[in-house]
Amino acid sequence: MTGTSSTPTATFYLPAGLPAPVPEPDGLDGPYWEGTRRGELLVQRCTRCRAWQWGPEWICHGCLSKNLDWTRVDGRGVIYSWERVWHPVHPALKAHGPYLVALVELPQADNIRMLGNLLGDPRQVVTIGATVEAVFEPHDDAKVPFTLVHWRPRS
Amino acid sequence: MKERTLRGKTAIAGVGETAYYKHGQAPESEFQLALEAILKACADAGLDPRQVDGFASYSNDRNDPSRIAAALGLPALRFSNMQWGGGGGGGSAAVANAAAAVAGGIADCVVVFRALAQGQFQRFGAAPPVATVSGEPALTFPYGLISPAQRFAMRVMRFLHDHRIRHEAQRAIALASYHHAQANPRAVMHGRPLTAEAYDASRWIVEPFRLYDCCMENDGAAAVVVVSAERARDLRPKPAYLLGAAQGSEYRNAARGHNAPLYATSSFTTVAPQLYEMAGVSAEDVDVVQSYENFTGGVLMSLVEHGFFTAEEANDFLVVDNLLAPSGRLPLNTSGGNLAECYMHGLELVIEAARQLRGDSTSPVPDAEVSMVISGPMVTPVSSLILGAEATL
Repeated sequence: MTGTSSTPTATFYLPAGLPAPVPEPDGLDGPYWEGTRRGELLVQRCTRCRAWQWGPEWICHGCLSKNLDWTRVDGRGVIYSWERVWHPVHPALKAHGPYLVALVELPQADNIRMLGNLLGDPRQVVTIGATVEAVFEPHDDAKVPFTLVHWRPRS
Repeated sequence: MKERTLRGKTAIAGVGETAYYKHGQAPESEFQLALEAILKACADAGLDPRQVDGFASYSNDRNDPSRIAAALGLPALRFSNMQWGGGGGGGSAAVANAAAAVAGGIADCVVVFRALAQGQFQRFGAAPPVATVSGEPALTFPYGLISPAQRFAMRVMRFLHDHRIRHEAQRAIALASYHHAQANPRAVMHGRPLTAEAYDASRWIVEPFRLYDCCMENDGAAAVVVVSAERARDLRPKPAYLLGAAQGSEYRNAARGHNAPLYATSSFTTVAPQLYEMAGVSAEDVDVVQSYENFTGGVLMSLVEHGFFTAEEANDFLVVDNLLAPSGRLPLNTSGGNLAECYMHGLELVIEAARQLRGDSTSPVPDAEVSMVISGPMVTPVSSLILGAEATL
């Protein structure tokens, strides 16, 4: 696996206090969240038709097989869309901004898309089609520890 | 099955709304607002409210039809219907559901209503007060992708990029709504015109949306009365006949974490053809359009997907003069809509579409006979409908 960093970032991209992600009670997305704790991106892949699937579901959208594996995917992607947020809608963000959110396509996995913050200067020029790589941001002190996945431009 | 269409079978026979307020400013409770709009719609139809036997709404309206039926002393409740989905995507679908109930013999007189007093509940544009999230929000909230504006900016950004659409296109949509609101005394933004300069100087909410690209949040209620076409003719002049309606969204639109295969869409690519097929008209026949403005970019995509112009023509088509009543090429949001009349979750757009056919819009399109409503772009399911004057039947 190349291009994926499991090095923790020194600080959090966004201020503390935003809602923390917790796995769904029915267990559907548990492997994803467990993977991020190890610095791995895991998504679903159908063992029958080999389709990649993200977000997770209980059945393959391609062939309706119920046999889906959690497969590690390379954390290199391409910016598909993005936004720069200025108006805070959560108290934790009141004095913070702007910040960037990116929607990233993974060409090596049927172009499934993943969200995350785009690291670097929040006022940077963002280009759709630019290549990025995953960066893991562990929140070890959270009540239920979790890890977020961000993206940073690849030079 | 012999004939599977709603075309011409039902009509909107009455419309009603409360005063419209800025959010948090309604002196009445949300339930009072709902009752008032329903009674006004019945009065407008010339109908005893005790003849209502059904209700339809959408977006998890909090005002339970059984309580309304009890409050109004209805002899019998025969239909109560909630359209799935959030935002304003169900505005036209709720009318269609009411019409289907009437056409199918489930009920005789169905009121479609929506009431909002956000000051008394949670605001749409603010993050809900939760410490943890799971499922879809777990993939978005921790990254500060929380509100509807933040959710949909991502889709619009891609659409504008794909088709090289300039910001002036979104601006024209905002200016048209504000222009029409100046003629409408009901409009919250009546007396508060918007200029292109003020639009350009307004702050970013989330790129590519400025303040004036985003809908207001309001308190109030709106209602329309749906009855059979025959009955509508006996009630009041110029019923607004339902020519067609459609709802839904395209392939895997709701795939979690922004994974809809067709991403840069207002969700109408499969819905709009179905709408035109039932209505028996084409985009060229449409005289006036009310298109739900959650965000101007959603209106832009909706108009493309309903065939009024291609994405490549958007820069040229979306100039203010084209969008104004009485004589623009496509008069748009002629009451002021969600941006400038009232964010009544788009039911005010259904009322305005009916008023255009009745001739009592505050910005009338002369001799309008085909009047469209597009509800809640970019959510799923979305819906749209076409109303027609008597001559179109």
